[in-house]
Amino acid sequence: MSLNHILLLEQALNGLQFGLMLFLLAAGLTLVFGIMDMINLAHGSLYMVGAYLIASITAATGNYWWGLLFGVMGAAAFGALLEVSVLRRFYQRDHLSQVLGTFAILLMCNEGVRLIWGSQPVALSTPESLSGPVQIFSGFYYASFSLFIIGVGLLVALLMYWVITRTRLGMQVRAGAANREMAMAMGVDVQKLFTMVFAAGAALCGVAGGMLGPVMAVQVGMGESILIVAFVVIVIGGIGSIRGAFLGALFVGIIDTAGRTFMPMLFAQLMSPEAAANAAPAVASVLIYLLMATVLFFKPRGLFPVHG
Amino acid sequence: MDEAADILDHRLHWRWALPALMLLLAFPLLASAADAEFYVTLASRILIFALAATSLNLILGFGGMVSFGHAAFMGVGAYAVAIAMQQGLGSAWVAWPLAMGVSALFALLIGAISLRTQGVYFIMITLAFAQMLYFLAISIKAYGGDDGLQMPARSAIGGGVDLTRDRDFYYVTLLLVVLSIYAVARLLNARFGHVLQAIRENETRMTAIGFPVYRYKLVAFTLAGAMAGLSGVLLANLGGFVSPSIMQWSQSGMLMVMAILGGVGYLYGGILGAVFFLLLEELLSHYTIHWQLGLGVVLLLVVLVAPNGLASLLKSRRIG
Repeated sequence: MSLNHILLLEQALNGLQFGLMLFLLAAGLTLVFGIMDMINLAHGSLYMVGAYLIASITAATGNYWWGLLFGVMGAAAFGALLEVSVLRRFYQRDHLSQVLGTFAILLMCNEGVRLIWGSQPVALSTPESLSGPVQIFSGFYYASFSLFIIGVGLLVALLMYWVITRTRLGMQVRAGAANREMAMAMGVDVQKLFTMVFAAGAALCGVAGGMLGPVMAVQVGMGESILIVAFVVIVIGGIGSIRGAFLGALFVGIIDTAGRTFMPMLFAQLMSPEAAANAAPAVASVLIYLLMATVLFFKPRGLFPVHG
Repeated sequence: MDEAADILDHRLHWRWALPALMLLLAFPLLASAADAEFYVTLASRILIFALAATSLNLILGFGGMVSFGHAAFMGVGAYAVAIAMQQGLGSAWVAWPLAMGVSALFALLIGAISLRTQGVYFIMITLAFAQMLYFLAISIKAYGGDDGLQMPARSAIGGGVDLTRDRDFYYVTLLLVVLSIYAVARLLNARFGHVLQAIRENETRMTAIGFPVYRYKLVAFTLAGAMAGLSGVLLANLGGFVSPSIMQWSQSGMLMVMAILGGVGYLYGGILGAVFFLLLEELLSHYTIHWQLGLGVVLLLVVLVAPNGLASLLKSRRIG
């Protein structure tokens, strides 16, 4: 196997890894958006809170797995609490009030985290057992933690697929996304459903926080930049569609990763190395937005529109 | 004027606006009397954001177009004036209209594509374009890239007005804000404004009646872009510096928060929102480094107590 192939395979796995994590964030967002018709700018805060909880429980117990377990549960509880106390009041309001209200919550979460944990990034390292690279075949090594992230992402995606398509709860979720009023009329307890969906979305954010925390930095504001990308994902996929979020996330993850790797090489052929080093990363960052604009141009309601 | 048109009209409310204007005119004198010259610069900054929020309110509140990329036009204006200065074009009479024109051009192009979508998708596509411009600004090293671009001097106006003096700068900014508000009021009360607000209320019906809805929205979007460009011009001059962060999505979000906070669809909504937001930020940051917590609490209370923004609290009945 040549070096080029190895590079290609490595980047494909990186893209898959990023895409699956984006899916965890986008899944909750798209359901909240699709079912409750709610723009939640504070979704990224759930991710941040989850990552912080996992980091401190890991530090306290000295065990990443306890941190992950209780951190995810904590994130879910935090999400449910937020829904019951504040966000519930916003379902009947227009999108603009939701933007302002959830922006306020985002500010409060950021500052609350800064009050508790301080402004410095918090350390969360990969567990001992998953810290080294593994040899997948001769000559190709890949970080075992990255493989673990891919495995968890796929597992969660499968689990969600099963819940959404095979269980009563999933049926209600799908009914809610397609036509909320009709689902209510058919006897779905939407209030309970909303709280559960919200808690589940928060738990997924927590999982993503636990996976990405060791890879990226656990710091205040970590939720915002990735929230925008998650919004891009759900718009590409079609709001309310889990399948759309999954494919959109993989699309975005792979295109973004490929852009960051191959753009510099491409640019180096076209211009001076110095100019290429400056321009390529920026152009690579633009790619996902270009993708979204293109998708919306041809499919104004995303790839998998839900509402009929 | 008949009553049907009246609900779409927006009066200037001289009874409130005139005392406020007097206060604003006297402000630098009061500040220097109290030996607090620093606040003149702060007031200029607030006025600049009031202008930007008002321009967003024009399309958000009166046209129903929720643009999540409005800071991009501010940034284009700021970069245009800074680049013009770098090329030796320092006259405000040339550089400022030029910068507004460039902003308007960008708004025209972005609006022409974005306005084909609706609702949430419009929000996202405007965000996407703003992000593209943001990353573009980062990548062009000739114009400072990530580090931003220094303005070697403030623009020159001539005629005894020296923008490097903070007081002169304040009065020029105030004049431009007042003129802009007046222009927006005239625009809203004219046929164009009535059509625009009617489109916000019922786009389908306006299309059915035979109005070229898309063209009206695009013109409003372009005008708002030019106005945002002017605010960017002023902001670049005030700080003597432009960096890509002026176009960051959080800036667009902040402008949106200001407009919603003040009251979308109210003539003075943008001003009220900007003044309230920035003063609160200034005030809270004096007392604690955790001022964002207080800001969040206040914003949450406002959105729960005054669903239509602060301007709605001032009026017993909604005037358009």
